[in-house]
Amino acid sequence: MFSEAKLNKVKEIIARYPQGKQKSALLPVLHLAQEEFGGWLSAETMDYVASLLQITPIEVYEVATFYSMFNMKPVGKYVFEVCHTGPCMLRGSDNIVDYIKKKLDINVGETTKDGLFTLKTVECLGACGYAPMMQLGKHFREHLTPERVDEIINECRVNAN
Amino acid sequence: MGRKLLLDKAHIENIRYYDVYRANGGYESAEKALKMTPELVLDEVKKSGLRGRGGAGFPTGMKWSFIAKPEGVPRYLVCNADESEPGTFKDRYLMEFLPHLLIEGLLISSYTLGANSCYIYIRGEYAWIPDILEEAIADAKKNGWLGKNIQGTGFDLEIYVQRGAGAYICGEETALIESLEGKRGNPRIKPPFPAIKGLWDCPTVVNNVETLAAIVPILRIGGEEYAKYGTGKSTGTKLISACGNINKPGVYEIEMNISVEEFIYSEEYCGGIANGKRLKACIPGGSSVPIVPANLLLKTAKGETRMMTYESLSDGGFATGTMMGSGGFIVLDEDQCIVKNTLTFARFYHHESCGQCSPCREGTGWMERVLKNIEKGKGKMSDIDLLWDIQRKIEGNTICPLGDAAAWPVAAAIRHFRDEFEWHVLNPEESQVRNFGLAHYADPLEIAAPAAV
Amino acid sequence: MAEEKKLFKVKIDGIPVEVEPGTTILNAARQIGGDIVPPAMCYYSKLQGSGGKCRTCLVKVSKGSEADPRPMPKLVASCRTTVMDGMEVANITSPEVLDARKGVVEFLLLNHPLDCPVCDQAGECSLQDLGYEHGADGTRYEFKRRTFEKIDIGDKIQLHMTRCILCYRCVYTADQLTEKREHGILGRGEVSEISTYIHKSLDNEFIGNVIDVCPVGALTDKTFRFKNRVWFLKPVDAHRDCDKCCGKTVLWLRGDEVFRVTARKDKYGEVEAFICDTCRFDKKETKDWIVEGPRKIDRHSVISQGQYVGVVKPHDALPDVLEGRQPKLLMNIHSISQVNRPEIDLSKIEGPAHSDDFKN
Repeated sequence: MFSEAKLNKVKEIIARYPQGKQKSALLPVLHLAQEEFGGWLSAETMDYVASLLQITPIEVYEVATFYSMFNMKPVGKYVFEVCHTGPCMLRGSDNIVDYIKKKLDINVGETTKDGLFTLKTVECLGACGYAPMMQLGKHFREHLTPERVDEIINECRVNAN
Repeated sequence: MGRKLLLDKAHIENIRYYDVYRANGGYESAEKALKMTPELVLDEVKKSGLRGRGGAGFPTGMKWSFIAKPEGVPRYLVCNADESEPGTFKDRYLMEFLPHLLIEGLLISSYTLGANSCYIYIRGEYAWIPDILEEAIADAKKNGWLGKNIQGTGFDLEIYVQRGAGAYICGEETALIESLEGKRGNPRIKPPFPAIKGLWDCPTVVNNVETLAAIVPILRIGGEEYAKYGTGKSTGTKLISACGNINKPGVYEIEMNISVEEFIYSEEYCGGIANGKRLKACIPGGSSVPIVPANLLLKTAKGETRMMTYESLSDGGFATGTMMGSGGFIVLDEDQCIVKNTLTFARFYHHESCGQCSPCREGTGWMERVLKNIEKGKGKMSDIDLLWDIQRKIEGNTICPLGDAAAWPVAAAIRHFRDEFEWHVLNPEESQVRNFGLAHYADPLEIAAPAAV
Repeated sequence: MAEEKKLFKVKIDGIPVEVEPGTTILNAARQIGGDIVPPAMCYYSKLQGSGGKCRTCLVKVSKGSEADPRPMPKLVASCRTTVMDGMEVANITSPEVLDARKGVVEFLLLNHPLDCPVCDQAGECSLQDLGYEHGADGTRYEFKRRTFEKIDIGDKIQLHMTRCILCYRCVYTADQLTEKREHGILGRGEVSEISTYIHKSLDNEFIGNVIDVCPVGALTDKTFRFKNRVWFLKPVDAHRDCDKCCGKTVLWLRGDEVFRVTARKDKYGEVEAFICDTCRFDKKETKDWIVEGPRKIDRHSVISQGQYVGVVKPHDALPDVLEGRQPKLLMNIHSISQVNRPEIDLSKIEGPAHSDDFKN
């Protein structure tokens, strides 16, 4: 269940659309729900969102599984989403992925045993000029080098404690 | 220095905040527009010759004039900030550093179209930008540029920011509308076009961020003056996001009257190829436009200097030309493998296909798998022809242009770099340890001599 | 005085027809009939919003209209493109269309398991017909075919996602015929699937219609599953007084045994009227129905082979010999046969099945 403040936020979002078009709030509310409920969308979470927006659960499932930013399974506390499309590949994103794999001892798509890190490769994030890069939470980490990756991993470890 | 219209004030510190933007001439275009009738503003936009900056290059004034105006039905303006085409990151720059320029553009455009609600649909991964935009919207509202009865004109406007959630297809205008309605990003079958039946079945105009920002200088200097920038039908300035193996990747505003060579090699722009390497190929308009080898990039097949304009870039059609697209300028140096680059694009389109229509749903994955085999040294000669045939059967046969976008890079790579594909097939082991290199791709082209008189 | 409606003059493959404004090219072609009607795998005239997705009905518009005679630059989906006055369309007379259609058929069959021998839809499958009429001899696809985990959607309807061509008809059916849709399209692109996400059984008075609208064997009738091949059955038109639906159905008989009940379908495979689940699943005895007479089946259909007349059900001799004893299972063919191994999912086998696949 959302807190009072979050429920007000949901109301505010719904108010952006004409009367009866509250389904339009689905993407923003799913983002809120994913942030609030552990970084992924369980069936219960999605059913809850459906009830908030007065739509059927299947309408939520259809949408949630379509968009790549919604996690349908639990993920680590920090998700490294490294771009590997053309422009990043030209500037060595493969090496960065390999380096992270070795450093964290996981494969792409896996989460470290301590549940801290998940490594994903993703398609173009719109930072081609600052390649190689990855998304970490809300922000982009650009101009990656093995040293930068080390710094980021340390930073996460410190923040986690 | 080339003349600038959008980024001319980008260097001013804190230009992203209202006070600084206003003190430097911000919202003066809006002031001007609000004193004109919407028809007159539309005339200025038409006179400017502005073409959509999202990729298709459709004349903006004409698009606006198509909007239906039935009595009592609201009209909507939607700003397409779902910038997802590999190689393109220009809209992000505008929104991060010049949010008020966009808001001013949205205000003028909404006023012209008679829209009282405007939605900025921004790609979900740009997660920090909605905060910047929302802050700017709040400031604009505080200063009477949004909300009820704007500047005493009686015109009302609200701007809302909506975040997507990771789907390239939502850059297609009808998929974007579907997504904005809280649905899967499946493109709609057209007609009806959004101008007649768009968001919630109301008349809607969807325009790219850069297009809407360009409305501001058009009003500032006038449509006719704007049209004097650039060349021919490529009027005004264009943001180019340059990336790949160049010395100075970044977002550049160019007047559409410079050559491709100047853009790549001058210090003002890309600063040449990185690490002293040689240029092998370039994709000048985002991943979906045809890749061209160095020798066809700098000069057209007719031997003319290739310019950074819509017309010159597409000179020669797909046989020897390419496209301006969205301005995502991707440069490949001599060490890059065309097969691998094509594979990453095929993988991209496979990943982003919505799955609604069969050629794209099934064909994109097939192309990726065949390309992967060739790249890994497991390909056959016949695979190259197979790839050609698959892309041919996708192109033009799908609901939306994603099918074409997936087919063109593969087609162009085979058209111009067939040698390299064949080399991969014939040298499966060697191709795993080294690349084909520059080969003959930068050799001067033989220009057919004019027929003897 | 009633205003006379102006009809649009259209030519399809050179054959003129006059249709009402707003008619689609496909429906104009259906008014002409015959070979020039484009095939349609996803369009369903009774389902609003359907069509445009499968791309098998692509045609070439060689003349836009009388007012604007320019040809359309791309092939268009005839099911969703409305005609203009003076429009000229090429379907089977356009090599470009035939080539594109062949491509679409290949795409649709790319990941299809081709498990027709064990599929209940065989014999009345639109994809079989399409492949036969418009496809190439073989596929050029050399990769592992897409498979899905089986999911259960109730005791009456079987979902075989591997066979699905994502026409969306069943989604529209549930949307438009039932109060609350429980299933939909999940995922994106190549791996999208019809599913309920969390296992739910589809339960609604009209949900059985998804079986009839499915062009392939992705949604089949569990009460008929593996009971018989459709071409061994005799379809008869029948009706009953039903308070939920029109009650007009087709009974699929062998002797006087009702194997299944379906809606009546026209020559384009579309139901004439949707029927309720009570008629479909619960009325499996001839005494429930008033039989009108044999269903007319296109003579090209394999089902017409089963149109036997005047045959009575053979006398079952077993009860006579058993003299009132209740027979136990006499022989389980599955435990003896070398190849008939129902636990092996043929759709999961890469490429054609081989005897090795059935060993151990």
